Amino acid sequence: MNVLNFVNAFFSDGAHWHGYDGIPTRLAEHVQYSLIALAIAAAVALPVGLVTGHYGRGGNALALIATAGRALPSFGLLVLMVILVGFGMVPVMVPLVVLAVPPILVTTYEALRSVDPSPVDAARGMGMHESRILFRVEVPVALPLILSGLRSAAIQIVSTATIAAYIGVGGLGRYIIDGLYQRDYEKVVGGATLVAVLALATLGVFWGAARVAVSPGVRRGA
Amino acid sequence: MNRFFDLPSDLQHSWFGLIGLHLREALLPVLAGLVVALPVAQLCVRFRWLYPPVLGLTTVLYAIPSLAFFVVLIDYTGQTELTVMIPLAVYSLVVLVPAIVDGVRSVPQETLAAATAMGFGPVRRYFQVQLPIAVPAIVAGLRVATVSSISLVSVGMLIGNQGALGNLLNDANIYHRPELAVNSVVTTAALAILADAALVLVRLVLTPWMPRGTRRVRRTRTATARPEPAAQPVLEDAVR
Repeated sequence: MNVLNFVNAFFSDGAHWHGYDGIPTRLAEHVQYSLIALAIAAAVALPVGLVTGHYGRGGNALALIATAGRALPSFGLLVLMVILVGFGMVPVMVPLVVLAVPPILVTTYEALRSVDPSPVDAARGMGMHESRILFRVEVPVALPLILSGLRSAAIQIVSTATIAAYIGVGGLGRYIIDGLYQRDYEKVVGGATLVAVLALATLGVFWGAARVAVSPGVRRGA
Repeated sequence: MNRFFDLPSDLQHSWFGLIGLHLREALLPVLAGLVVALPVAQLCVRFRWLYPPVLGLTTVLYAIPSLAFFVVLIDYTGQTELTVMIPLAVYSLVVLVPAIVDGVRSVPQETLAAATAMGFGPVRRYFQVQLPIAVPAIVAGLRVATVSSISLVSVGMLIGNQGALGNLLNDANIYHRPELAVNSVVTTAALAILADAALVLVRLVLTPWMPRGTRRVRRTRTATARPEPAAQPVLEDAVR
């Protein structure tokens, strides 16, 4: 039994490449779930992290929220949500958002706290408005850390979206769950490979985004 | 509610039995991760060129989804506890190595020079100076590793009911007893929070020199290098 043989067999089988259970469909579903979850989590966590980080207050409260969010088991939450609200996209999104909020929140807060205070003071001395200080001075300097928080959240979402298949929605997890029940090991390994590749691709996307978005001066200093 | 703790017999465990099983499946990997991470981190501190590739490797390892990791391991270790524990150990290792490296590196140069001047050899200096000063960073890494490990064990349910408290989720489905799912989630979350609190206590005991209420100290934004401020962002760095 060799994992690589299974991978090869899975990907060279033409039947796996089209139809509603084909790789492109499942991949698109997986990416779609991940993007929606990341967008919701970022919409919740980024503003809170930016504001608390700027004023330097509420760090303990954020740490508590983050610990609580990490403590909730994603898989348990998924099953519990199905029991509470029934099948659909809500039970999938809740655990993914809960999973992604802590890293974004804490990293954004810490990123803003770690900004060198002297340029911030200089900006304030020049008469810049608080919101301009935040977006023109603090955020550009803190951007690499903020992005790495988002990256961490995105990778965890991509990995965890796999378990959504357990409650009957699509995504790459379908191959793993179906393969386990059908005792089709080739399918399981193929699905696992796809998820791992997608997670690595996410890593690459964020690396690229950091290259483009972070100002050269900040990058050199890091 | 009176059936809350009345677990189906197919789990072959009482509620406390499941908790014990869950803690074993979650904490042994963290311990294994720590045991491996300490020497690896020391190597990275000693040989600076080693750190970037190690960091890259750990980031890639962390990107492997747990379920994918589990099912690939089934081929080698079967549907056993070990299959659940190996990936958790790898994730712990990935979180701990950067935390320890940055903790040990944050020890001020003067402190090291003072230790050397007092006649400490490299080994004694490591155990009596560098490691204790790095404790806040190491514990911060341990907290993240422990909490995520406790939460991930549940996924083990999918590979032949190896998920300890997570197995309750399956029983909640097949016996139509939603209270079992609530039990699973609440108990797992409580375990994670208690473990986290225990680690905070460990840090307080191990670092009697640290000022209480670190956040307030930090808000003054002093420029002096303190180990704790460095520890927090680093810790999140590790989770990536």
